[in-house]
Amino acid sequence: MTTTAPAREPAVRKDPPGAARGPRRRPGRLRRVTLPYLLLLPALILELLVHLVPMVIGVVMSFKELTQFYIRDWGTAPWSGLDNYKVSVDFDAPVGEALLHSFLVTVVFTLLSVALCWLIGTAAALCMQDTFRGRGLLRALFLVPYALPVYAAVITWVFMFQHDNGLVNHVLHDQLHLTEGRSFWLIGDNSFFALLTVSVWKGWPFAFLIVMAGLQNIPKELYEAAALDGAGMWQRVRRITLPSLRPVNQVLVLVLFLWTFNDFNTPFVLFGRGAPRAADLISVHIYEASFVTWNFGTGSAMSVLLLLFLLVVTGVYLALTSRERTGRRARTGPRRTEERADV
Amino acid sequence: MRRTRVAAAAAVTVSLLTAVTACGGGSSTSGGSDDSPKTLTYWASNQGASIQVDKKVLQPELDKFEKQTGIKVKLEVVPWSDLLNRILTATTSGQGPDVLNIGNTWSASLQATGALLPWDAKNLAKIGGKDRFVDSALGSTGAEGKDPAAVPLYSMSYALYYNKQIFADAGISQPPATWEELVADGKKIKAKGKNPLGAEGANLSENIHHVFVFAKQHGADFFTADGKPDFTNDKAVAAVKQYVDLMAKDKAIPAGNAEYAQNQSVSDFAKGKTAMLLWQSAAANLKSQGMAEDAYGVAPVPVQSGTPGTGTQVNSMVAGINMAVFKNTHNLDGATSFVKFMTSDAEQKVLNKAYSSIPPVKAAQSDPAFNSGATAVLKQTLATSAAALPQVADESQFETTVGTAVKELFADAAGGRSVTTASVKAKLDKAQQQMPKK
Amino acid sequence: MSETVRTAGAPRTARAPRTTKAPRTARPPRSPMAPPRAFLWTRRIFLTLLAGFVLVPVYVMVSSSLKPLADVTGTFHWLPSELTIRPYIDIWSTVPLAKYFVNSLIVAGAATVCSVVIAVFSAYAVSRYSFRGKRVFTVTVLSTQMFPGILFLLPLFLLYVNIGNATGIALFGSRGGLILTYLTFSLPFSIWMLIGYFDSVPRDLDEAALVDGCGPLGALFRVVVPAAIPGIVAVAVYAFMTAWGEVLFASVMTNDTTRTLAVGLQGYSTQYDVYWNQIMAASLVVSVPVVAGFLLLQRYLVAGLTAGAVK
Repeated sequence: MTTTAPAREPAVRKDPPGAARGPRRRPGRLRRVTLPYLLLLPALILELLVHLVPMVIGVVMSFKELTQFYIRDWGTAPWSGLDNYKVSVDFDAPVGEALLHSFLVTVVFTLLSVALCWLIGTAAALCMQDTFRGRGLLRALFLVPYALPVYAAVITWVFMFQHDNGLVNHVLHDQLHLTEGRSFWLIGDNSFFALLTVSVWKGWPFAFLIVMAGLQNIPKELYEAAALDGAGMWQRVRRITLPSLRPVNQVLVLVLFLWTFNDFNTPFVLFGRGAPRAADLISVHIYEASFVTWNFGTGSAMSVLLLLFLLVVTGVYLALTSRERTGRRARTGPRRTEERADV
Repeated sequence: MRRTRVAAAAAVTVSLLTAVTACGGGSSTSGGSDDSPKTLTYWASNQGASIQVDKKVLQPELDKFEKQTGIKVKLEVVPWSDLLNRILTATTSGQGPDVLNIGNTWSASLQATGALLPWDAKNLAKIGGKDRFVDSALGSTGAEGKDPAAVPLYSMSYALYYNKQIFADAGISQPPATWEELVADGKKIKAKGKNPLGAEGANLSENIHHVFVFAKQHGADFFTADGKPDFTNDKAVAAVKQYVDLMAKDKAIPAGNAEYAQNQSVSDFAKGKTAMLLWQSAAANLKSQGMAEDAYGVAPVPVQSGTPGTGTQVNSMVAGINMAVFKNTHNLDGATSFVKFMTSDAEQKVLNKAYSSIPPVKAAQSDPAFNSGATAVLKQTLATSAAALPQVADESQFETTVGTAVKELFADAAGGRSVTTASVKAKLDKAQQQMPKK
Repeated sequence: MSETVRTAGAPRTARAPRTTKAPRTARPPRSPMAPPRAFLWTRRIFLTLLAGFVLVPVYVMVSSSLKPLADVTGTFHWLPSELTIRPYIDIWSTVPLAKYFVNSLIVAGAATVCSVVIAVFSAYAVSRYSFRGKRVFTVTVLSTQMFPGILFLLPLFLLYVNIGNATGIALFGSRGGLILTYLTFSLPFSIWMLIGYFDSVPRDLDEAALVDGCGPLGALFRVVVPAAIPGIVAVAVYAFMTAWGEVLFASVMTNDTTRTLAVGLQGYSTQYDVYWNQIMAASLVVSVPVVAGFLLLQRYLVAGLTAGAVK
């Protein structure tokens, strides 16, 4: 069963020479207690440095009046209590209204993008489950959008979406005569669809990759048994493939959701400063609120609200899906990897 | 066990926090030092065709400076897309260059942060005094009544660039002097299948520059005398509407320009697609795009009535680049003498010729290069009929909010939605409410 | 159980799809497992459309990079009016592309290596030991995945500057600072994926190594890591891609000498004009090595994801 070699080579030992061989030595106990912590230490320090401490600073900033008059020495900026939050959630005033609008646009955009990415990715993975000529080539091709650097990919789309000289209008208007006049894609209401297109173009290969990997874990016997039972192609997909993919999908959808929701690079490269209202994603909105209007306090408050929202969504999502999963595990019996399910 | 964990986490957080907040912005509030007298860092804005071109223009001058003073200047040309962010982060952290270029419209906003060295009489004396500079340029160096936050380096103004061939084909004998004439000429040009006027509808700064001039021509201001935003007064609304109407109603600006933000209108003009362009110091740019100098003419920007450049009719903003010293500099003396060098008569001539801008230094203006053809028009405009954008601390926010409003109005116009006084006013009202509350 | 072990072995899984071929082609054409004809047609149409969707931007990139500037600033045409390699020569002088390329390579490379090593340690600890605070650790690390970058951009910047002032270690503006930032971006997902992968490597293996006298680290590097190569490659590719394309932090935290490609490419839209053909040429030049590497490693990637993320 084992094919790996190392067990054969006891050669170099890192244990101190005095230490007894075998698993039950005394000094080993201490090491066993501290070792995991030592192993975690680098990751812990880095997460603390780059994520957690800055986040706490960000939260502190959100309670300060951090405008251009104070950014130079923000320790001296006056505390503003909940003012920044009040401004952000006062939906009757333009600032709050714009934030709410941006939030809703982001939610709709994210849901659509994730759904399409998942749908296309899964469909493609299912289509490419059995071998046919050119499958390897096609698979390589499908991964290209994912492998392209974000800026290169998005700027190409900007080029294609131009009003006068872009490919999209050339095809839709000049060649297919589908639209009455040339449409605008980078400003106005259509910008939402432009953004969605780019996002799906960039995002679906990831879903494809993950689902493709997930499909390989489904035992072939299941399909064969179902086929002998007379289940057709579509029934096999519905009765075996999709249920077996469920744990994969749970993670995939969550990851896609978080990435799409927080995506900054795509809208920023696509629209530059002053994103059109129809495609005013929250990350760019907050960026404008803090960097462009120089109000880092309000910007921080907005990001804290965003973080709270994501925490709630993720928490609820994980709670729902893990309950479902424990239920299923109870049915199928314990699995070796159950610790991970808690993650 | 749980309690210890929470307590430990809290302790770590609190101690880290105090460590960080104690340092604040990390900036010593003293006014710079002379710790490293032999080097300087200089952030230059991107003035030429590319960053590489700028380096080629500036490096020989920096070498000259090193020869004179022994101070080595480390040059970084910062693209416009990054410049303000870089300045902001430098301000927040206290880690920045010694000397930097800023867009002159940012002067008052950056002045408010206190990050730039104020040019009081003593400092100005070190570079030859206030009187060496042209008044209009000095009017764009910071809030009124305060010591300037920067000194003028390059000056520019708007002019109407027109394609001589297209004008001849359309039977237009001279460039329009009023907007009415421009619209009328536009109809003739359109009949010949060309676009009358180019614009950067999605470029916030360009939008601001133009609506500011229109507002001035309507006798309006976007800020009250005591610096409060006042975007929705009738005259300001009419001014913004007049600009957007060039696309919405008069069809002088083609709809496609509503999404321009990266100087595409200049290359349209250079390629002879559009007949007219309102631009600042476009000569070097047009040349690099292969448009011969005698193919286009330069005239003052039109006014509401009468002749441009006469009376009180403003027809350009005071455009330009200022040079500032970062307060946290480690080489205060070196920084000052570098500013002195860059604003010296000789350097002013070299640099402004390279960028086809106007020297804000009086003595340098006498050079014949600045008194012929296009440059003479720009210089004349700057001297007589250009006005500085509001020198208020919230100028940067004004550019963003109102610039975005105009961008959205252009998008409406391009998308076939009607642009009415009410819709303009609504957009401006929203912009005003997004301005910081005092 | 033995099924998982075999999947974990790299070469074995890499070839896994191919093994399914033999029995299927050997079957008579209309066996119950064979897909119906309608499906074959749907599949053909769907995959063709999808390939078109994927390919069009790629084609635009390639063809535009071979066009003269007048072509790309004029009305779009599928074919260039004339082919030129001029953009490929000009890109190096408009923007110091080579320098940015090296910077990106150093930053993304170092971030990848560090991220993978750190993730291996952490994942090993979580997978093989039970200790107090394990759940807190995994949940905390994973939750950082959802932080909006904009929330900690400025604070992180301040933190780096202050660390620099206090210790003299230049983090802000240096490649080091960027490496540190990027490696933590990919860390949560990497750790989580490797935990899954390590879990699928049977404990008997490293216990045998321990009995044989290897220390825990010996067991990690001699047994677990070799068995987890596909997972590690997958994680490395992910970490590299994360660092390679990032724009926001790079635009604020780099200067002229440390600027990375993602930001540097913006240099082609200058004060004067947007050099679309050069943008496309430069984008291609910087993409080709990444895409090629990615495609070379894709088998590992699928295998790695199969046993890691997807369990």
